[in-house]
Parts: sequence; structure tokens; C-alpha cells
Amino acid sequence: MAGFIARRLASAVLLLFATSVVVFAIFEVIPSYNPARAIAGREATAVTVAQITQKFGFDKPFYVQYFNTMKLIFTGQIIDYQDNLNVVSQFVHRFPVTLSLVVPAAVIWMLVAIVLGSISALRAGGWLDRGLTVAAVTGVSIPVFLLSATLLYLFAFRLPWFPNTGYVQFGSNPAQWAYHLVLPWLAIAVLFIGFYSRVLRSNALDIVNQDFVRTARAKGLTGRQVFIRHVLRNSLMPIVTLFGLDFATLLGGAALVTEAVFNLPGIGQYEANAIGQLDVPPIMVGAMFTAFFVVLFSALSDVVYALLDPRIRISS
Amino acid sequence: MGAVGITMPAASSALAPEGRQPAAVGPWRLALRRLRRNYVALFFLAVLVVIVLLCLLAPVYSAHVAGTGPNTNNITGTVSVNGTQQDIVSLSGVPIGPTWGSHYLLGADTNGRDLAVRLLYGGRTSLLIGAVATVIIMILGTLVGLLAGYFRGVVDFILRPLMELIWSFPVVILGVALGTALALGGIGPIKGNSLYIPAVIIGVVYIPYVGKPIRGEVLRLREQDFIDAARVQGMGSWRIMFSELLPNVSSTVIVFLPLILANSILLEAYLSFLGAGVQAPKASWGTLISDGLSFIQSTPTYSLIPGAMLVLTVLSVNVVGDGVRDALDPRAQVRVRG
Repeated sequence: MAGFIARRLASAVLLLFATSVVVFAIFEVIPSYNPARAIAGREATAVTVAQITQKFGFDKPFYVQYFNTMKLIFTGQIIDYQDNLNVVSQFVHRFPVTLSLVVPAAVIWMLVAIVLGSISALRAGGWLDRGLTVAAVTGVSIPVFLLSATLLYLFAFRLPWFPNTGYVQFGSNPAQWAYHLVLPWLAIAVLFIGFYSRVLRSNALDIVNQDFVRTARAKGLTGRQVFIRHVLRNSLMPIVTLFGLDFATLLGGAALVTEAVFNLPGIGQYEANAIGQLDVPPIMVGAMFTAFFVVLFSALSDVVYALLDPRIRISS
Repeated sequence: MGAVGITMPAASSALAPEGRQPAAVGPWRLALRRLRRNYVALFFLAVLVVIVLLCLLAPVYSAHVAGTGPNTNNITGTVSVNGTQQDIVSLSGVPIGPTWGSHYLLGADTNGRDLAVRLLYGGRTSLLIGAVATVIIMILGTLVGLLAGYFRGVVDFILRPLMELIWSFPVVILGVALGTALALGGIGPIKGNSLYIPAVIIGVVYIPYVGKPIRGEVLRLREQDFIDAARVQGMGSWRIMFSELLPNVSSTVIVFLPLILANSILLEAYLSFLGAGVQAPKASWGTLISDGLSFIQSTPTYSLIPGAMLVLTVLSVNVVGDGVRDALDPRAQVRVRG
């Protein structure tokens, strides 16, 4: 187990390093990209730009710039070029908003996907299954930003049931917090409900035909017991891995489109703005932040996997 | 003779006694038969064909029905709706909604351009980028999977971390970062506003999604007897890869193809929505949805009609893809009946 954790840690550090180098390199190769001009503002003189270039070290070689940027990130002193805000404190400040968006959405999509996927599998081939399959494929085919826009139009403008945009802190008013987040939660959850319920359905149908299910039935368990204890438990295992990855990227800011449409001040919105302005520090921190969660949750899901299934040998 | 273990139909039909049994049917033909009985998949295939034809006919519609090009501005003009003249773009900058006439059938955009014309031209862009990206992904993904799975060792040691690296980036963020970067600079001879830039980006981003499963399958296949047989016959590595392994992973490749096409079209829309894909004045379904978002209250059709086209296209590709997968999967019947 210790070796497993050590190897996981080593690969995590390596991956974070590689991620940051790649992001940095992407922006380094742009010929027309000049961060000094972005910092100096629109009406800067050539002298000011030269001074800023000197001060920030944009004239230095690639590896020196990279090293300096990383040092600033890890000492928490990195600022974005557009508004001169401290990037790390922006992330810390905005992370609760992203958490409020992603965590309840994840709970919704897991619960609904498990229920719908199970119904589909139990009624496989029937009309209910066909209807749910069509709904699931439709859900997977709608891009999140379009679904967000449609929900906004239907349930905030056409039928003014929900507020159109904005965010209320959980601490100040939990009811308003949830009221403002219902549409964004739905917008994120639909895609994953469609995807996960399909995966669950096909896993369950594969497992139903296996010997241990017949054994369970033969020893006299009821249909419900067989399904919940044997079929469902085993069908959930591949979903654990999927969930880890999806949840991690969403925490890292992949919900940026939803945050942009609903005007939620989370890290995704910050990243989206930074991307539009080619503001390197927030993009770098965002990518590393995401990579961190991806590594963390893929390690966690490996552990959960090993706990759930004794056949899996970690040492292999 | 390199047909060991690959093409069963030829072997079995040679063994069948003449005239006694019906000619043996190969797995591909069986799959095609199953697909032909799947009426839902066939219906959506027809929808897809209609959409593609409509988009290909964009210049005809533009020249003979709408009488305006996709990039022809007309901010101050008027159009007659039910006999009255109306501003194409109102004084406060709100574009007209659908007129349901030959001119401005679906309304206009903020520059007074005909939305129906742009919708069709945008569809060409979206479909072209999706198709080019899919070709790149399928070729490179299959190649990477074959190389890493067959050679293992050093090749795998180089290719696998590369795939892991791409994999662990969130697709949208990697795509957007590359898109923004390349839209300014271009890549070599390709200009920054070229349609091939989003296509190449999507191509790079999705390679691991094909490369990893194919690598896994090749790792399993290369231990089987027919590969040993091929090696004993003196076949070289490349010939084993392309004439022995490739036909055996071809059904996986075909199952992935529609899935990747659907996701490529979606990712193009994402990138364009975030300004990192198709660059103005060119349109794609993603840019149209994005442009219309500011008018979601006054003219919801501006965003929602391109959105509906996008969803219908992706949905059709997905349903056809599901049909193909069910047809190719020998357990398809078991799956449906539970």
C-alpha cells in the first residue's frame, strides 16, 4: 500500500509539472502575444512597456520565466496581467461559489442517474426503457451552454419562476442560495444523468447474465435483493472512475460555461475571462488546479475500487 | 497468406458443401442486416442526410431564395412582413425575428445579415470541422493505439504519458487555451482565422479517447495464436500491425467513429461559443448561439434555432452510432432483451 501511494504521489507531481510546462509553452509560442502590453494598458508608451518587460522579466529565456512564474504561484504572489489581482486569492475567494454549483449538481446527477439507469435496466426493451434511452441520448447531445441558455429563457424570462442570474452566499440566506442555483444545477446535471444512466444500464445488463447472479437467484434471494446487492453494486464500479474524473474537472473550473451564462462569480468565470484576454497566470493556475483534482480523485477512485473489489490487485 | 484468424467468411464458405447450405454470411453483412432492421437508427440517418444536404445547398439558398450572402451586412435596410415595411435592425440594435418569408426567413443578426443563410453556411462550417477533426482523431488515435500496444516498451513509455497528459486536461480548457493561442498566431502556413485550426485542436484533444482503448485491445490481441502464427510465417512488425491487428480492431474503430464525430461537433460549438473556435466573420452553429445569447429575451430564436440544428445533428449522429454499435456487437440481442 505504501508503494502504491508513493507511486501515485510521484506520478501526481510529474503530471502537475508537465501540465504547467505545457500551458506555459502554449503561450510562449504565440508570436503576437505580449504580456507587457497587456499589463501596461491601452495607452502605454514604448518606454513603459519596456520597463514592464524588464520588471517582469519577459525578455528572459523560457525556462527562467517559467521558473519565476512557478515561484510566484507557490509563494502565492502571482498576479493576473489584466486587473493586477492576486490569482491565488481570487481562486480561494471564488472556490466556494464553484463548490456550491458543482457539489449539489453532482449529488443530483448521481441519484437521478442511478434511479433512471436501474429502471431502464429492469425494464430493458420495454417502452419505458426506450423512452428513457431517447431522453438520455438527447441529454448527451445538448451542449451545456445551450441548455443553460434554454433554461434561462424558459424558466427565468418566459415563465419568471427563477431569478435569471446572480449568486447569494449560503451563509447569508440558504433558501435564496438554492433558489438562485436551481437552474445552473439542472444545466450541469442533465448531461451527466444522460451519460451515467446509459453506462449503468449497459453495465447492469452485462452483469445480469453472469453466473453469480444466477447463483444469488438460485439460493432464493428476492429480485430486489439480487438487483440491489449483486447487480447494482457491481454496475456502479465503472461509474466510480467516471465520477472521479468528471467531478474533478468540474471543481477545476470546467463549469466555466454555466458560470458564464448564469453570471456566477466562480473560478470557471474567472478562467473564462482570463482565456478571452490571454491572461496567462489564471489559466496556468486553473489548469494546475484541475490537474491536482484529477490526480486526487483518480487516486481516490483507485482506492475505492480496491476496497470494493478484492480481486483487484494494486501491485499489478 | 495473411488471413489467419481475420476473415472467417472466406474460410467457412470454402468449407460449405456446394448447394446444400445457404452461403455463409460474414459478420459485416450480419451487422448490416441488423442495422437495416433498426428503424429508429435509419430514421435518424435520414435526418442526418437531410441536414447535410441542406447545408451543402447553402449557396443555392443564398443566391436564389434569400438573395443575400452570409456576410452581407444590411443594418439600415427594411424588409416587408405581411405587407408592412419593418426595420431589419431596430434603432436600439435589436435584430428582427423570423419573418417566415423568403427574405430573412429566420430573422437577422445584429449586422442585418440573413440568419437562415448564416445558419446553413454555419452548418457547413460545423460539419466540416467535425468531419476533419474526426478523420484526424481516428487515424492518429488508431495509429497511436497500434504502436503503443504492439511495440510496448520504449514506444509505449513515450506515447502513454503523452496521452495521459492530454487526458488529464479538461477538454474544454485545453481546447480553449490552444484555440485562443493559435487564433492569434496561426500554425506555420495556416492563418489564425482558418477553419483548420479548430479542426486540428479538436483532433489533438480527442486522440487519447480512441488511442487508449485501442492500445488495450492490441495488448490483448498480440498475445493470441494468430499473431504468433504471423510472426512464424516471417511477417514484419508493420505488416502484422496493419494486416493482422488492424482488421481485428476495426469494429472498435467503427463504434468510436460516430461517437467522436458527435463530440467533435459539440466541442467545436464550445470553442466557438467561448471565442476560441471559428473566427468572425465566418459563422458556425456555436458562434450563432453565442451571438444570439444577448438577445435571448427579445429574440430567442436567434440562439435557439441554431441550437436546435446543432442538437438535432448531434442527436442523429449519436442514435445512428448506437445503432451501429448494437449491430456490430454480437451480444446486441441479449442486451436489448435483458
